[in-house]
Formats: sequence, C-alpha cells, structure tokens
Amino acid sequence: MADRHEQLALGVSGVSHAFGALQALTRVDLSIRPGEFRLLLGANGAGKTTLLSLLTRLHRLQSGEIRIFGQDLLSAPSNALRHLGVVFQQRALDLDLSVAENLAYHGALHGLGRSETATRAREELENAGIADLMDRKVRQLSGGQARRVEIARALLHGPDLLLLDEPTVGLDAGARSWLRAHAADQCKKGVAVLWTTHLYDEISEDAQITVLDRGEVRADCPAPELLKSTGQSTYEAAIAALQPGRNAA
Amino acid sequence: MNAARFSAASYWRCFAGVFVRELLRFVRQRERFVAALVRPLIWLLIFAVGFRSILGVSIIPPYETYILYEVYIVPGLAGMILLFSGMQSSLSMVYDREMGSMRVLLISPLPRWFLLLSKLMSGVMVSLLQVYVFLAIAWAYGIQPPPAGYLYVLPALMLGGFMLGAVGLLLSSLIKQLENFAGVMNFVIFPAFFASSALYPLWRIQEVSPWLYWICQFNPFTHCVELIRFSLYGQLNVPALAIVAVCASGLFGLAVVAYTPIRKAVPKGKPVSAGT
Repeated sequence: MADRHEQLALGVSGVSHAFGALQALTRVDLSIRPGEFRLLLGANGAGKTTLLSLLTRLHRLQSGEIRIFGQDLLSAPSNALRHLGVVFQQRALDLDLSVAENLAYHGALHGLGRSETATRAREELENAGIADLMDRKVRQLSGGQARRVEIARALLHGPDLLLLDEPTVGLDAGARSWLRAHAADQCKKGVAVLWTTHLYDEISEDAQITVLDRGEVRADCPAPELLKSTGQSTYEAAIAALQPGRNAA
Repeated sequence: MNAARFSAASYWRCFAGVFVRELLRFVRQRERFVAALVRPLIWLLIFAVGFRSILGVSIIPPYETYILYEVYIVPGLAGMILLFSGMQSSLSMVYDREMGSMRVLLISPLPRWFLLLSKLMSGVMVSLLQVYVFLAIAWAYGIQPPPAGYLYVLPALMLGGFMLGAVGLLLSSLIKQLENFAGVMNFVIFPAFFASSALYPLWRIQEVSPWLYWICQFNPFTHCVELIRFSLYGQLNVPALAIVAVCASGLFGLAVVAYTPIRKAVPKGKPVSAGT
C-alpha cells in the first residue's frame, strides 16, 4: 500500500450532479495533496455546497468518483469519512448542550473513548483559544466563539482533510484572520484544507485556487497563476473574466 | 468489509454518545416530559373514570376476571406514550435536519444504518422512562399488574417503541418541512390510536362495525398494544410479537433506504445549469 502522504488527500474526478432539472455540477475534477491549502471559489449557486455535500456523503453520488486518501467514498464510505473533519456553512452545534458536551458527542460518533475525547477536546479548545468556555452552553456563545468550537470539533478526531464551507460568513475581521491562520497551521501539520468561499479577499498568494462557476470548474491553479493566465491585475477581475455573464460577487 | 475496522467498543461508544445526547436534551426540556405524561394521565384519570360505567369489559385474555375500564386502557396508554414519542422523535429529526445537526451525526464514519439505529433506539430508551413513570403513577392510583409484569413488559415496550420510532424515522424522510408536521397528527397519530384496541376491546368493535374491526386488525399499533397488555400480565402474545417484529424490521429497513440527509427543492422542466 502506498504511503499515505504520497496519495492524494482528495481526488474528485468527473463528478456531475443534478437536482431534477437543475444541473448543479458538471464533470468536476479536483485534487488536493496532503498539507495543501485550496480555496474553492465561486459565487452563490456555483455548486460549492453541493460538492461538499457529495464529499461528506450527504448527497448520493450520481456520477463520477470521489476518493479520500485513496478510499473510494462510494464503496468504502467508512474508511473515507474517517479522514474528514467538516465545518458546515450553517451552524450545526447543539444549542442546549455545553461546549464540552457537544465535543463529547462528536468524539463518540467517531468511536473515541471518553478520556481520549476529553483530552483531545481540551487540546483543541486551547488551540482555538476558548478553553475557558468548555462548560458554557452553546446558546450563550457569540458567532465567532461558536465558529471556533466548530473548528475544534472538526479537528477533535485528528482528521487529515479539513472541509470548511464558507467558514467566515458572519464573522468579524479578527475572527476571520484567526481562522485563516489556524487553517494555515493545520496545513503545516500535514492536514489538507479545502476552504470554500465567495469572498475574493480571502485569496492568499500561497493558496491553490479552484474557480467553480455554474457547476463547472473554470480554473485550477496556484493563486498567482490566476492573474497571469487571465492577464488581470486583481483577483476579483481575474475571476470575473472567468465567469462571463455573471456579476462579480 | 468496509466497516470492519471499527471495534465493538467504537460502536458502543457511538451508541452511548447518541443516547447521552438524547437524554440530556430530554432532561433539559422538562416541559416535554410533563407534556408526555399529562396526555395519558388525562385519559386515565378523567376519560376512563367517565366511561367506566358505559364501557364494561368482560373477561378476556390476559385478564382472568372482570376488570375496570381504567385497568383495560393502561396498556393502550403506555402504547400512546410510545406512539407520541416516536412521532416526537420524527419531529426532532426534521428539526435537526433543518438546523444541520443531523449532518454532524451522518458524517460519522460508522455505517449509516447504525447511526440511524442508535438515534432511534436512544429515542426509545427515553420514552421507556416516560412509560415507567406513567406505570408507577397508575400503580399508585390502584392499577397494579403482577410485579413481574413490569419486567416482562420491558422487551415488549422496546420492540413496540422501535416499531413506532421506525414509523417516525420513515415519516421524517417524507416530510419536507417542519410546517408539514401537523399533518402527521391528523393522518398518523390519531388514526393509529383510535383505530386500535387501545381504548376498547376488538370484540366490541366487531359487534358494531366489522369494517372498523378489520382496519384495527391491520393496524400494527393494535398488535403493539396487545403485546404490551399480555406482557404486563406475564403472558406472551405470539401473533402480536410476530407482527410487531416483522413490521419493526420492515419499517426500519424502509426508513434507512429512504433516509435523505438534505432536502432540496427539485425544479421540474427542462434541464438548466446552476446559477443561471
């Protein structure tokens, strides 16, 4: 068996998906290496969340193939999903439970023991700078604090691939920059990060970029390449050039 | 086998985690507990007293003597708690789906059937607490089945609760929005409860309405109630057990196959691409 770090963290090939008459994705290809930071850019309705729902098996795969660390999501879902940590666009914490209880629940869903979960929860909450909120009810947290809890939860079981669906929506500048730095730290540890966004100011020079427009991949390259290949001076203009007929977000 | 890499301990931890979450939510929503008890108690303490003189119950198995109407309806009211609890968990699953917390459950690497089974059984365990509190109040009121009956009835309650929870799980797949849940009350809970042997013996129904009698016979809730009734008095009703077991496994299988984690409005007509 090939070494895990020689494999792709994520390999998406020829994935198409339709909701009735609405073609949401058309022959999407995407690959991410371990430790890579990839931005999946696209306006609202581009198909980003649909793609993430397919990666997390919340939608059934209709055509194409998805492999996570070499494990086929369709034929070996458990082996594929165990590599994933996910932060959904919509907050998905249990409001009536405390932070610690939410994390304990997540640990149990990944088969972790109680003491292991408690240790990992403390570590991740400390990394997120919110260890003091451990016993607080989620209902009492601010949006930024809740997002940090979700990040800690997504990392609790030690995933190798982190999926972040529009993670900065509703956050202030400080929380956004913390989140971006935290994701970069994860990449340094070898965790691959797929970050979806419609905000062009989240593009950084070191990121790999995939531009999704109306369900199709329009560009797939390092961020500086995007400017070069489109002949534009700003990312906003470059992406607008790749999406004819659509206003910039 | 895909899921073979998880140990039995991992499965147990997952189930325990789901159960603890359901229990914590239940304990912290005291009004839910009170509401679940008030409903059957109104039937027992008010309705049954009023109907005692009108609805006489002759000697029918599993009873060995004439019984008061209150005694007759207690198993049906225990079934009612399970029925409402099953539908309540269906409502909770629709809510969880809309709020996103079902996604957290379903991205667990453990097999999806096991995750749904854990969710369903956790709901059943919580409803068992309600049933036993109700039986304790009924005991204090004077309705006292044999002490061993409280133990014998446990597997019957679990199986019945599982069947009704599976109905709830199946419904949660069919209900598109939380607002549609009111229809469940009218089209599922009330017909299931009233067209059963929960409130009146089947022979009485057969005397006045043969077609209603057959509807009751085809209603799985009838057999759930009879399974509880016989178990509570230390007897096993084999046909009821078989029917409830078959319905429970069939409904759960259907619910797992039909379960959709995300509901999305599907446009009809000619194909169009996203974002247009």
